[in-house]
Amino acid sequence: MDMFIEILVSAMLVIGGIFGFVGSYGLVKLPEPMTRLHAPTKAATLGVGGVLLASMIYFAWFGDHVSWHELLIALFIFLTAPLTGLMIAKANIHLQWTKDELPPTGTGTPWATQSDRPSIMDDGADLRLTSEGD
Amino acid sequence: MIAYAIYFAFACFGVALLFNLYRVVIAVGVPDRILALDTMSINMIAILALFGIKEGTGMYFEASLLFAMMGFVSTVAYAKFILRGDIIE
Repeated sequence: MDMFIEILVSAMLVIGGIFGFVGSYGLVKLPEPMTRLHAPTKAATLGVGGVLLASMIYFAWFGDHVSWHELLIALFIFLTAPLTGLMIAKANIHLQWTKDELPPTGTGTPWATQSDRPSIMDDGADLRLTSEGD
Repeated sequence: MIAYAIYFAFACFGVALLFNLYRVVIAVGVPDRILALDTMSINMIAILALFGIKEGTGMYFEASLLFAMMGFVSTVAYAKFILRGDIIE
């Protein structure tokens, strides 16, 4: 049984490491800001989830008690990763897309980040934030 | 066998952190840099969990929980700032 748990923990560690690596490699490799959003919010989160689950199994079997900290951390990360993805996607829409480039929302109202209400950043601060890179 | 798997995962997440650092330094816009910083905090959580397995102690879970909370709050604050120019309106 020890052998089986060792194989399980090792497999989850290796799979989690590969997922985390792929998530960060996609951050460098993918061509556009919106596509670059996909890799870390999905693959890296799954990689961290695999490592935390491996840690939980390891301490439940080889340690003296079951520790629930990992489950707490994994739950927190799985809850917050879509939120950060949403916030960064909204920032991308706000900074880089004009109103006629955006797809229709299907609700009759415009996108919330592109509403008609004047933003307090309409003094050209958007242009300062979109650096041209190097 | 677990030791080799831990070393492999350490290498994976270390190279992932280097990729994130590259994306923080060289990026097209500010949201990319914010995303790279958020991914850095997530990868650090994984490395702390791996270090906890390697040392056989549960001392690092509080640190990784702090990393998770601070990473989320700082990412939302950055995104909110470039979205509205203010964090708490």
